[in-house]
Amino acid sequence: MTENVTRRRAPQRRSSAALTVVRGLGQTLITIGLIILLFVVYEVWVTNIFAHFKQQKVENDLVQEYAQGKDPLAQATLPGGGQQSIPVGTGIANLYIPRLGDDYHFAIVQGTDDASLDKGPGHYVNSALPGQKGDFAVAGHRVGKGEPFLNLDQLQPGDAVVVETKDTWYIYRVFGDVATKDLSVSAAGAPAGSVVTSPAPDQALAAKVVGREIVPPSDGKVILPVPNAPNVSQSQATGYLMTLTTCHPKFTADKRMIVHAYLARTVARTAGPDGKAAALPKELDRGTI
Amino acid sequence: MYTWIWRHLPGNLSVRILQVIVLILIVCALLLFIVFPWIEPKLWFTHVTVQQ
Repeated sequence: MTENVTRRRAPQRRSSAALTVVRGLGQTLITIGLIILLFVVYEVWVTNIFAHFKQQKVENDLVQEYAQGKDPLAQATLPGGGQQSIPVGTGIANLYIPRLGDDYHFAIVQGTDDASLDKGPGHYVNSALPGQKGDFAVAGHRVGKGEPFLNLDQLQPGDAVVVETKDTWYIYRVFGDVATKDLSVSAAGAPAGSVVTSPAPDQALAAKVVGREIVPPSDGKVILPVPNAPNVSQSQATGYLMTLTTCHPKFTADKRMIVHAYLARTVARTAGPDGKAAALPKELDRGTI
Repeated sequence: MYTWIWRHLPGNLSVRILQVIVLILIVCALLLFIVFPWIEPKLWFTHVTVQQ
């Protein structure tokens, strides 16, 4: 009887040791799987919540500066200060893209480091400022982190990209053939009925600046003063351009999607005592000026 | 591991379930607020800039 019990127990103990190992392995794998799942949730959702609060703070700080009559961009022209005097991570201008929604609005921050891009679209510090000659280049996240440029692929030729600074609205328009909606050609035009006062610069057309291009991440030529024209310096540039960069395809970073636009018109901005704009340009929803 | 934790939790069933929920929340918070933000910049797929 006792012999029988021990004989039956022995193999059970051996198999339970194996069972513990297998169970431990299984639990570890399931745990790793759950952690990776949680990381995906974090990337595409939780970072948006964090980014929203950071962006909100930048927006509020910017409108407060406007209310106090300060222009963060004006610091750039201080004697000896240069453009670098704009603190990295602070708001410099507001961005509106009507094609991406009537309520599409982000404050652009100075700098393209990780911390700055967590707050919103970031200005490449060595590129031109809004409305300056050369190329005003801005990078933004595609998925997560507030995903300002999630739908950048929906922009069409002639679409308005509106930049609001303290004293001026700058209305840029995406390069490309408006009639055929072809973004891959170097052409400048605007949809019928829109106000365009400045034609696209010859230099940009000569350099064949297109509406949208997909390039490898190493291709820094796309944010030069005249994109893809390495021999033209900022002081030689005659055009007023804007370039948006984000990762491509969505959820990866193999390539970069680049959208180029030219300054189509400017309109003076006036603000109330709260720092908010008194009137919006016609390109925006309920715009009057 | 989970069996070991479960066996070492004090109290009756409902108290243990409560402790498990708290433990899960602590782990999730650690991951979301400390581990993920730390590890993320070291990964490649969130980069959106071109080289200057």
